[in-house]
Amino acid sequence: MLEQQLVNGFTLGLIYALIAVGYTMVYGVIELINFAHGEIYMLGAFLTLSFISMGLPLPLAVVLAMLAAAAIGVLLDIVAYRPLREAPRLAALITAIGMSIFLQNLAMIIWGSRPLPFPRQALPAFFSEPALTFSDVTISWMQMLIYAVAVVLMVGLNLVITKTRVGTAMRALAQNQTAAALMGINVNRVITFTFALGSAMGAMAGIMVSMYYNTMYPTMGYLAGVKAFAAAVLGGIGSVPGAMLGGVVLGIAETLGAGYLSSPYRDGVAYAVMILVIIFRPSGLLGRAVTEKA
Amino acid sequence: MLKLTDVASYYGNIQALKGVSLHIGQGEIVTLIGANGAGKTTTLMSISGVVQPKQGRIVFLGEDITRLSTERIVSLGITQVPEGRMIFPRLTVRENLLMGAYLRKDKAGIREDEEHAYTLFPVLRERRTQMGGTLSGGEQQMLAIGRALLARPKLLLLDEPSLGLAPLVVENIFEIIEQINKDGVTVLLVEQNAQMALQIAHRGYVLETGRVTLEGPASDLLNDPKVRSAYLGLD
Repeated sequence: MLEQQLVNGFTLGLIYALIAVGYTMVYGVIELINFAHGEIYMLGAFLTLSFISMGLPLPLAVVLAMLAAAAIGVLLDIVAYRPLREAPRLAALITAIGMSIFLQNLAMIIWGSRPLPFPRQALPAFFSEPALTFSDVTISWMQMLIYAVAVVLMVGLNLVITKTRVGTAMRALAQNQTAAALMGINVNRVITFTFALGSAMGAMAGIMVSMYYNTMYPTMGYLAGVKAFAAAVLGGIGSVPGAMLGGVVLGIAETLGAGYLSSPYRDGVAYAVMILVIIFRPSGLLGRAVTEKA
Repeated sequence: MLKLTDVASYYGNIQALKGVSLHIGQGEIVTLIGANGAGKTTTLMSISGVVQPKQGRIVFLGEDITRLSTERIVSLGITQVPEGRMIFPRLTVRENLLMGAYLRKDKAGIREDEEHAYTLFPVLRERRTQMGGTLSGGEQQMLAIGRALLARPKLLLLDEPSLGLAPLVVENIFEIIEQINKDGVTVLLVEQNAQMALQIAHRGYVLETGRVTLEGPASDLLNDPKVRSAYLGLD
């Protein structure tokens, strides 16, 4: 029982982690909580559905959906956030909430407001079968796929951030924007790259969730987005490894809460964990305390 | 090499520069001295394109750079070492240096210039895998200068390199600035430490509330009674 809950919680946690890195990266470079990020996650699922219904094979549909979601994320920044870069932070935050509502409603117009199933025929039949069984713990192929994809994406993301020129520029920008500009870094181009990267990861999370639960609906990004935001805060907003850890911690806490208390408490447990961490470690698990520099 | 003509810049509604004109010749060290709030930093930020001047013209090597992006200005050969050093605290010393070469593609040249930076500042070689934020103030200033040199600038803008540093360290930094100039880099040095600045500079400008009020060879300024009483603390 416990082991199975941990397996399921870990699966959910990786999904939260994939979404949370998008929040934390964008916050890192422009100090904005991009509340429309949950909608990018939702759009990932619906775009995949549309590409499949056009007759494209699953892998191609998934890649195209990630690219399209990345483009939407970039567009979101250019249209909605860039004009407000010098404005008070609250203005950008309210705009982000507005864009979230806008994208939700746009999805309702395009795909309808009722939940749609993920097209089962596009998935290999063995996906829902067990891949591994130890005594009473079962890991399905679908879960294995989520583990594999999440791990590959996160290792890849870490390599991009720590080893590449643009990744180093991202970190430099997050630490001191003026100095980054003085190095000749095109600040807007790096911000665009950050949105693209975070959006692609979030979209992939949405795609895998819609496969896992076999459903998608236009408001699915709301709760998932809030949870992933909580995960990013829990891990230390601005810290990419923190977002990954926060996601996993939150996913496991939530699943255990649902299993051992009762399932209506699942969200409550998730937020309680976040609140406890913030009380005792205000900067999050892996976050740095922000100090005024001399 | 660089010529500012009647440059006016604003921060919001506050006019920080009220028509600044100055010029810098190839190979010179020119210093800009003045009190807090005189507009020294704004002048440098206007040259670097971080602040867009509302009027006036900035010409560098015959090209009008008044409206160019910082990215373009850096690639043309103007690099700034900003006030307060602004190194990247959570990047290693080496990553900090390489950020200076962000716009360059010549791998061999970059490696050569990295070596050169370690030769100028041996302490940076020792600390190259440490985070920039762990360095002392003087070491951070060295890192900031080294980082700027990795851009292989033709004109180096230095904003208050002596700020908050011990006198011995300041002397060391100023010796290196002279060395960099002898190596062929033109220098525009902004300083509150007018004494030190005028000793190594060829020419100087005095800035007061957004205007140039005095200019001339550094030795003349050092002996000017107004400069002596206002900026050197001598009578």
